[in-house]
Amino acid sequence: MSIFFAVLRRDLMLALRSPAESLMTVGFFVIAATLVPFGVGPEPETLARIAAGLVWVMALLAALLSLDRLFQADYEDGSLDLLLLSPGQTEIMVLGKVAAHWLTTGLPLIISVPLLAVFLHLPLEALPALLAAMLLGTPVLSLLGAVGAALALGARRGGALTSLLVLPLFIPVLIFGVAAPEAAVADLAARPHLLILAGLFFGALVLSPWAAAAALRLAAE
Amino acid sequence: MSAPGFAPPTTSSTGLAAEALACLRGERLVFERLSFSLAPGEALVLSGPNGSGKSSLLRQLAGLGPLHDGRLLWNGTPVDTDPEAHRARLAYVGHQDAVKSVLTARENLTAWASLGGGGGEDEALATMGLGALADVPARFLSAGQRRRLGLARLFLRPVPLWLLDEPTLGLDAAAQAGLKAALARHLEQRGMIALATHVPLSLARSQELDLARFSPVRAAA
Repeated sequence: MSIFFAVLRRDLMLALRSPAESLMTVGFFVIAATLVPFGVGPEPETLARIAAGLVWVMALLAALLSLDRLFQADYEDGSLDLLLLSPGQTEIMVLGKVAAHWLTTGLPLIISVPLLAVFLHLPLEALPALLAAMLLGTPVLSLLGAVGAALALGARRGGALTSLLVLPLFIPVLIFGVAAPEAAVADLAARPHLLILAGLFFGALVLSPWAAAAALRLAAE
Repeated sequence: MSAPGFAPPTTSSTGLAAEALACLRGERLVFERLSFSLAPGEALVLSGPNGSGKSSLLRQLAGLGPLHDGRLLWNGTPVDTDPEAHRARLAYVGHQDAVKSVLTARENLTAWASLGGGGGEDEALATMGLGALADVPARFLSAGQRRRLGLARLFLRPVPLWLLDEPTLGLDAAAQAGLKAALARHLEQRGMIALATHVPLSLARSQELDLARFSPVRAAA
């Protein structure tokens, strides 16, 4: 487990030294979501109906934007070789990097959701369900995204390739992530949707480090 | 089996031994039937023209590159039976320095020390003559200083096998002398070194392996 915390600490320190990258993700999230009222009109009823879906779609795009730097910088400066050679399991190393990625992108996104909820007239009773869904769903984006980012290493225009690889995999997260707040608004139970999200999280937690580690070994060859 | 350079498998083997290794880059066979054995306290100096596979061989020895043919043995046991144990006993310094610009020299080493389970950053910095630059962000270091910082990683964790790819590249005369002394010390402590170099390092107990001899093109000509 020591390799998990060593990688986590290293990546958090790197993120702290160049905070622009995390801030850019959050900035994109907030600005892209505030553009929508200009497009669809400011009627509160319209916005309220689409707010939860909007927040989720913007979160997916913001997560994508941050994915290409997950392994790319280490790949370019040779650190990836050394990470793969460090004693300890590569899968645990990947988990450490994913945890750092979530803490520097997923968590700031969640924190900025209440602000967007005001902008987009999200019904107040939907907010707790949306936050809970994002708390379970954004780690899945980081976990699945790590597989895509690792597979796209070394490819030209790797960012675009990552999007093509992982966006289809994000669909279940989007469906249940939106269903939870909508159920809350309709006075139904949000819990089943949240449980499915939790299932997706645990599934991704087990499978994606293994797949990403295999992809990283291929990229290092 | 009388191909050039083919040595029969060593039976009483401590240390690292390669049997009939081959390396493919793309569709091209770079070298084949490459064998050697490296005992504790010995150095293996790889020579050969550009593109003869020195870096590829070092990556194979580190377990980063795939073995397209042949076997790699540690104390008589194939290393692929336990890749994690192999990683724990080697240190690899490749072409790239894996230095993070936003961290200071000491922080760079601390990050690697916590990954590999080592320590003694200050001694490592002093060994490579970087003591005065310990708290300077690495983006202010020159190419040669970054190289020295990359090499300083060798001293964080005592491991028997050092794999060095052109370690003298960019080093000034004093740093080269310091590196030579460090290599000699490692050999005295019954360590093993495999390195690719174009600069004669005049190491005691070293054997030279000319990769051009194993090139299939040369053999056919």
